Amino acid sequence: MAKGGVRVAVELPENVVVSKLDQLASWCRKNSLWPMPFATACCGIELMATGASKHDLARFGAEVFRFSPRQCDLMIVAGRVVMKMLPVLQRIWSQMPEPKWCISMGACASTGGIFDTYCVVQGIDRFIPVDMYVPGCPPRPEQLIQSIIDLQDIIQREGTVTGEEFSTAQRQMTKRALMELPVIQQGPGTGFAVPRSGVGV
Amino acid sequence: MNDAMISTLEQRFAGTSSSEFRGQMRVVLRREHVFAALMWLKDAQGFDLLVDVTCVDYLNYRGAADRFGVVYLIANTETSQRLTVRVFLGEDDLTLPSVVSLWKGADWLEREVYDMFGIIFTNHGDLRRILMPDEFTAFPLRKDYPLQGRGERHNFPVLSRDRS
Repeated sequence: MAKGGVRVAVELPENVVVSKLDQLASWCRKNSLWPMPFATACCGIELMATGASKHDLARFGAEVFRFSPRQCDLMIVAGRVVMKMLPVLQRIWSQMPEPKWCISMGACASTGGIFDTYCVVQGIDRFIPVDMYVPGCPPRPEQLIQSIIDLQDIIQREGTVTGEEFSTAQRQMTKRALMELPVIQQGPGTGFAVPRSGVGV
Repeated sequence: MNDAMISTLEQRFAGTSSSEFRGQMRVVLRREHVFAALMWLKDAQGFDLLVDVTCVDYLNYRGAADRFGVVYLIANTETSQRLTVRVFLGEDDLTLPSVVSLWKGADWLEREVYDMFGIIFTNHGDLRRILMPDEFTAFPLRKDYPLQGRGERHNFPVLSRDRS
């Protein structure tokens, strides 16, 4: 520290760094992201390539793809999500423990892409919070890696050591891309489906 | 093609018409003869494979008399003979006898036709939706159903950070 030009009262040895606990916790979180691969389409192939040896997501500490949501803290939605899949997506998202983040990978997950039809959800951010959007159809592994690096910067800035802030309403407010949804009349006689229920842990 | 088979079919089941296009034989049956004719084709003529059951919506189609056309594609695996069997249904009565008792493979095919077009197959035994969610109310491949749906795709609860 003394060599870096910062004057401290106590002389520190060479291998000692002074930091805050909050930053240390965030540093641990960002370098051990465990992704939950929600791969439903061709973006999943690029997701696999990202994890494989050529692009090697392990360089960023995010190579441990877990297929149990209880063990994950980063959901990567890669591919289109249809009406029947969305309750599954929400259930898996609910099962992931906080702190957790979500990357919407590719055009279909972010906006529905070219599939503007009756059964394809037009962007998962309508129904679950999304932290990072990756454009492309499908995105190259470099783009996904860049999004993870950018997400790591966000994680480094926001967390505290107790992690209390990950379950506040204010955090949610800044993350919901679409706050207002079209109100759909429901019930018998309207021709519209009954809302789904039973989403939970 | 087997002209004797076609002429016998036309004699046994009144109102049957046939046509040929580039070597492919097609017959149009009247709805009351569908099950008996398909059973005769299977048992007496050896059409042991049901390749597909599908449907066409002829809404606003030029020259169409009835709205729906249900198509059975059948094949004889001994002689490699193929036959297209069609039956037209008006909007007033969308029921057809199920052919699951003839070909087991008709089970999911008829469920798909029911799911997408709303054709009711009687005596099917398990006529549920196969692709769309159970609570879906429309039949999405009908021509009068909008391509982007009627809002069903947005009819889900929103998960926030607080609730999840």
